[in-house]
Amino acid sequence: MICRVLHPGLLATVQDGGRHGHQHEGIPAAGAMDELALRIGNMLVGNDERAAGLEFTLVGPTLRFDEHALIALAGADLGISADGTPLPLWRPVCVPAGMTLSATSAVRGCRGYLAIAGAFDVPVVLGSRSTYVRAALGGIEGRPLRRGDVLAIGAPSELSRRIGAGVSEKRGRGRVAIARWGASSALIPFYTSPATIRLLEGEHARLLTAESRERLWSAEFRVGAQSDRMGYRLEGAGLELSAPTELLSEAVAFGTVQLPPGGNPIVLMADRQSTGGYPRIGEVASIDLPLLAQLKPGDRLRFRPISLDEAQRLYLAREDNVGQARAAIALHHH
Amino acid sequence: MSNLDLAPLGDRALLIRLGDAIDEATHRLVRAVTARLSERPVDGMIEIVPAFASVAVHYEPSRVPNGSHRGSPYARFAAAVETALSNLAGETLPPARTVEIPVCYGADYGPDLGEVARQHGLTADEVVGLHTGATYRVYMLGFAPGFAYLGGLPDEIATPRRAEPRTSVPAGSVGIGGSQTGIYPLASPGGWQLIGRTSLRLFDAGREPPTLLSMGDVVRFRAVAPDELALAAT
Repeated sequence: MICRVLHPGLLATVQDGGRHGHQHEGIPAAGAMDELALRIGNMLVGNDERAAGLEFTLVGPTLRFDEHALIALAGADLGISADGTPLPLWRPVCVPAGMTLSATSAVRGCRGYLAIAGAFDVPVVLGSRSTYVRAALGGIEGRPLRRGDVLAIGAPSELSRRIGAGVSEKRGRGRVAIARWGASSALIPFYTSPATIRLLEGEHARLLTAESRERLWSAEFRVGAQSDRMGYRLEGAGLELSAPTELLSEAVAFGTVQLPPGGNPIVLMADRQSTGGYPRIGEVASIDLPLLAQLKPGDRLRFRPISLDEAQRLYLAREDNVGQARAAIALHHH
Repeated sequence: MSNLDLAPLGDRALLIRLGDAIDEATHRLVRAVTARLSERPVDGMIEIVPAFASVAVHYEPSRVPNGSHRGSPYARFAAAVETALSNLAGETLPPARTVEIPVCYGADYGPDLGEVARQHGLTADEVVGLHTGATYRVYMLGFAPGFAYLGGLPDEIATPRRAEPRTSVPAGSVGIGGSQTGIYPLASPGGWQLIGRTSLRLFDAGREPPTLLSMGDVVRFRAVAPDELALAAT
């Protein structure tokens, strides 16, 4: 099966669970900005959760599949419909061969995901299909999708076949079939602006002036226009160090909040460099990275402190929920 | 080694701090820790990222075994890392490779060579002599795929970055930025003083390993003529 790109929208890339194991070579991990949305999308169509899907930004694409396709939309609501039938998020959907998927624009959130049974079959580069545009790695020729691109779809798993059979069972041919089930609302984050993002205080927060340290927690930050998959620039509350500091470059993580000399913090996102030399004033709790990934330039956020123990407890609880959803899908399609 | 300095780097990574300066002793510790954790991966570990004076270990909290320890995933993971790093002094370091980089200095390949020479009251040949006469160490990779942070630049040619960064620097450009020297693996914007260019590919996703240089390598530069540079690329 193939997927034709009739229009890519604003920025569409192939992304999977990320390019892990190469950061020591200076190679960014990349991968989906909203890891949870892509994982759930994949789960709903019977794929491995780390499989390659499409990530859309603010404006969705126009696509056509040459065969009957089992898909799931997740993440931002980009107003996607199939030949005029609005498609729900977070549910398996069967789209008949030849129908055109088109989009309006972001209704809620910033990044939408499309997972398809069998996943997008682009070449694996250094262990991942994720697109990293700056070094032209992964995806289609390492670049965003363009009008006229043709994406191959892999062979669906046995589970995908069973899910697809269940979804399209009671529908006539040639019509969109929407599953009566989907991801439970407990799994789905509610994307809002202003967002409250839980932050672990970073090693260098102690280098902030007392006033700036207080402002880190009280200020409302605005996501700057220069924000992208590499990082979010946070404006509106300049922070200051008590003294200029020279630090040696060292590893950073998805969600590390750096403070460059200008005073506007940068949150490092999926395409972050593997290492950095600016003071690390915080790290976003992993459970809130999906909320952050769904903020767009102009959106606002506040930080709230969280302890490491609490962040990991909530993370494990979420992983348990994801695991239960996975088990339930497998059980019902056994 | 019981006095390891471990700290969380967010809720899915841990940082092992091994010093606070760029020096050979700290670097040997970084290599020893990296070698040990590569040989004996700790359960839940995703990848290891060594730097000048630290080693980060990214891990998956849900895959850290419970064992007998009832603490947080971080507490359990950190304990396992400490155990894995015991008797580190006995760790034999993998032998350091020596990599020679042929460089065509000056002219279009190194448009700032004259400026670097002028700033230090040297001739262009003297700058090249100092740059090729030194032995460099790859302390870490970062910033871009295949970019090596090299230690060992002679103080005599340490040169501040350009006031106006270039919007595009060709791949393979050899530059000086402050007390560092390095090679741009990919065409990118950059503010370093460009003194030459190599035709070797610092990064090639289709190669195993994809980077020409690895942490711990010894690097020497060799001045070559433009026609020899073309040959080195084949």
